[in-house]
Amino acid sequence: MRALSLIAGVVFAALLVQSAVVAAAAVPDDPLASSQWRYMARKYFRDAPVVFDERVQVIAPDYAEDSLNTPVQVSAPELEGVEQVLVFADMSPITKVLDYYPIKARPSIGFSFKVQQATPIRAAMRTADGTWHVGGTWVDAQGGGCTAPSVASANPIWETRLGETEARVWPRANGESRLKFRVVHPMDTGLAAGIPEFFITEVAIRDADGETLARVEPYEPVSENPVITLDLDVRGPLTLAGRDNNGNRFEASVAPSGS
Amino acid sequence: MRHGLALVLGLLASAGAMGQADYYDLAPRQVAANTYVLLGAQENFSFENHGAISNTGFIVTDDGVVVIDTGPSRLYGEAMRAAIADVTDQPVVQVYITHAHPDHFLGSNAFEDVPIAALPQTTEAIREIGTDLASNLYNLVGSAMRGTTAVVPTAKADTEHRVAFGAHELELIAARGHTAGDLMVFDHSTGVLFAGDIAFHGRAPTTPNADIAAWHETLAATQQRDFKTLVPGHGPVVEGGEALAQTADYLTWLVQGFEQAAARGASAAEVMFMPLPDRWAALAVEPGEYRRSVSHLYPAIERAALEGDDTP
Repeated sequence: MRALSLIAGVVFAALLVQSAVVAAAAVPDDPLASSQWRYMARKYFRDAPVVFDERVQVIAPDYAEDSLNTPVQVSAPELEGVEQVLVFADMSPITKVLDYYPIKARPSIGFSFKVQQATPIRAAMRTADGTWHVGGTWVDAQGGGCTAPSVASANPIWETRLGETEARVWPRANGESRLKFRVVHPMDTGLAAGIPEFFITEVAIRDADGETLARVEPYEPVSENPVITLDLDVRGPLTLAGRDNNGNRFEASVAPSGS
Repeated sequence: MRHGLALVLGLLASAGAMGQADYYDLAPRQVAANTYVLLGAQENFSFENHGAISNTGFIVTDDGVVVIDTGPSRLYGEAMRAAIADVTDQPVVQVYITHAHPDHFLGSNAFEDVPIAALPQTTEAIREIGTDLASNLYNLVGSAMRGTTAVVPTAKADTEHRVAFGAHELELIAARGHTAGDLMVFDHSTGVLFAGDIAFHGRAPTTPNADIAAWHETLAATQQRDFKTLVPGHGPVVEGGEALAQTADYLTWLVQGFEQAAARGASAAEVMFMPLPDRWAALAVEPGEYRRSVSHLYPAIERAALEGDDTP
């Protein structure tokens, strides 16, 4: 009986080892050498294929001068067929930073986020075949980004401007355009004492016919009063329609300026 | 056993003393009669430079020694006092703090027996955020900061009258632009102007608390003064106004570049990674300081471009 259970134990252990080997083979080693990489990969990609891809460019300062507003620009001019862009920060108390669906747009997005401690900031781009293409860089920080209260939380006058949106479109070559917009919103993380999470959950960019060109889904780590830059495949009058986790809705229209 | 312990303690003590002596190797350089400068490293804060990245100075007079800025830490301040004592037997009688940045005032622990004067804005800033600045610097430079606390200046710098120390007649100039309060010390008897961080020389200016328009006004007004030698807050001492002109040129380029980038829709991260022209790429601490300035200055400029249509 004892021998049987020992054998069963050995077989079980062997199976465990084998499955660990299979899992390890599926997730490539992290060029950024983050202790959280395998956990991040399991959480966000599950069984989908993952590759580190130099075509996925993430630029951010190596040190967060302002831990509440650390700029990052994600782009992949050489990568075709990107359906989703997931931005995450391994060491952040809230790791998911933003999802972006570039429907008639380039897989390119610029914004600022809150940095709590030194962390990789990564962009994972899912192409039509289901593969995640990952790029990233380290940002060092003194801390205090995610657990600091928003400026707005101490200044009730801002409530009257909640959802106020400024937007501008710059025509680019080949009929494309760049859109930049700013929404007045505290983007509270829920990690500052006594201030519940309160953040924009979606901004959809639509053309004059109401067709969605791109959709941004920010999470708590995106900076207060976010400024977001996108590159659209088309140009023309646009509407922006957003909402937050409290059900507030906001809308804005913008036409290309100059030419 | 007791001998062994004493030996160990002795080794620890000597190791501690050696470590301390190694932190700051301060060699006063004479730049005019009775006037000395301790040059900081042309670098950002690091564990290697122990925070000694800005220039401090002192003037030896028959009424005692006047100190301009105290450096980044208590240990620096103590090393500075020792360096002064190597030059003169005169006691330190007055300290002036040019502005409330940590590399310039956190050595004041070593001068707490002396009147420490500053502009009101500087005193206020040190009182408000001095402790945060000190703990921030601990993180950046490490154990050289031990024992350092933010010493609030004890007196208001007299910017109304010239102040005489022995044969040295000092004019204390209240300015602003680099910060809300930038004190400059102009020694009319030697023609030496201690400009603080109004002037950077060969090193990229820093902008965390800058008002660029006010800074330009200060630079232009200072250029009109009849000083002979200028001691910048960072970088080599220089005859004439070259450091003022270089600082003004850099700030002009910086803001114009940000405005142009904002007008074409560039994101902040894209602006951070724009290549610098050779003239400015050659400055010490670039492109790091340029990237910090994007964080300080670009958000407001970017917002203005979103609100107003500035398309040519």
